[in-house]
Amino acid sequence: MKIHHDKHHATYVANINKATEGKDEVPVLDLMESAIEAGPAVRNNGGGHYNHAFFWSEMMPADAAAKTKPSDQLQSLIDKSFGSTDEMKAAFEAKAAPGATFGSGWVWVVVNQAGDELKVVNTPNQDNPLMKGAIEDGIMFPILGLDVWEHAYYLKYQNRRPEYVSNWWNVVNWDKVSENCAYVVENHAGVPVQG
Amino acid sequence: AHLLIPFHHRNRLSPSYLNMSPTTTTTKLITQSIGKSLRAAVNVRSATIPKHLSQSTAALFSAYGGAKPTLPDLPYDYNALEPAISTETMTLHHSKHHNTYVTNLSAGLEKLDAALSAGDAGALIALQPAIKFNGGGHINHTLFWDNLAAPDTTAPGPETTAAIAAAFGDLDSMKTTMSAQTVAVQGSGWGWLGYNAASGRLEIATCPNQDPLLNLTPLLGIDVWEHAYYVDYRNVRPDYVKNIWNVINWNTVEERLVAAKQ
Repeated sequence: MKIHHDKHHATYVANINKATEGKDEVPVLDLMESAIEAGPAVRNNGGGHYNHAFFWSEMMPADAAAKTKPSDQLQSLIDKSFGSTDEMKAAFEAKAAPGATFGSGWVWVVVNQAGDELKVVNTPNQDNPLMKGAIEDGIMFPILGLDVWEHAYYLKYQNRRPEYVSNWWNVVNWDKVSENCAYVVENHAGVPVQG
Repeated sequence: AHLLIPFHHRNRLSPSYLNMSPTTTTTKLITQSIGKSLRAAVNVRSATIPKHLSQSTAALFSAYGGAKPTLPDLPYDYNALEPAISTETMTLHHSKHHNTYVTNLSAGLEKLDAALSAGDAGALIALQPAIKFNGGGHINHTLFWDNLAAPDTTAPGPETTAAIAAAFGDLDSMKTTMSAQTVAVQGSGWGWLGYNAASGRLEIATCPNQDPLLNLTPLLGIDVWEHAYYVDYRNVRPDYVKNIWNVINWNTVEERLVAAKQ
């Protein structure tokens, strides 16, 4: 956690600030839609900053996380889109497997444009579903995301990515995920993040 | 010709083995047979491939005597590349990561064989990403182990020195350029020094994920997937790339270059 936050994420922040020097200060969320067009510096570092800020905000210590649960709105979207929470988790874990997300990337639960369905998608490197052109179905709005870059799990799990993924559910803050869901369904826009 | 040469059959001192580079031979043969099958599939209305074609491509795959992809033994002990690369990294990298590519490649090739025999073009296409990923992983790591050696045991040979001078000016300039490009790879991938047969010159290339280097003959590869350096260097990829120059096997580079020029 220390290295992930203090080194990796900090580097993305430093680099996106460098890349946007001299321009008007905007929340990193605002850079996302056109991030791919804006070029590799914004795509990789803006994406990296947003993704990691989003990631930290949806997690909490396991004992507190155990007390959280999906809201009625979120649960009904989960059941409608996947059948059940277990089936959603299975779909997510399948997408997060090394054979499904090759190399570095992220796996997301997203809300579609219409706000009536959830999907599990993956993006390579530091792309995310808010970026135009990142995923096939067009821009969609993350409510939950998981970093599957090796730096996210190597010290504890080495090559055992599936073990990392299945343990990660224990630190997901479902109250925050529910807030994210309510926000994106209402606004048809991405969740703002700190910084 | 064997598609995949079992490691222990190779005479590492003989450049003639290197003429049958696993990279180009394996990849070319797989690509050719798949390409033939797919072209045939496109020309027919049904989703199946003409029987005679599927039989011949299946025969091609079986022709290599059922030799499965094999994890090669390292030409040195796990601790040989210290301090640049630790024993722990080498152990994980070889016995876990590379081993997994080999296992998954074997499984994928079996499915490929079955799809070819069944004339199932849909299955053939669906199998491509996994074959590319695991096949590339196997090829890349096999090349990698061979282009590393204990520190201070090798130096650039005459062909290598001349080729580097021609393309980059000198060894230090080549290292600087290759290091910069390799460090700059986004996410997972590889940096390569390669030989361009058409121009007769050395070039530097990078490839994402486990994509094999196809347009140049690989001479020297540097793995910059995080698993290659995270235990030893954490996020500081530039330090890893700087230190790996201390454990390059220049004899292998020279052998590969000589073979490529024949």
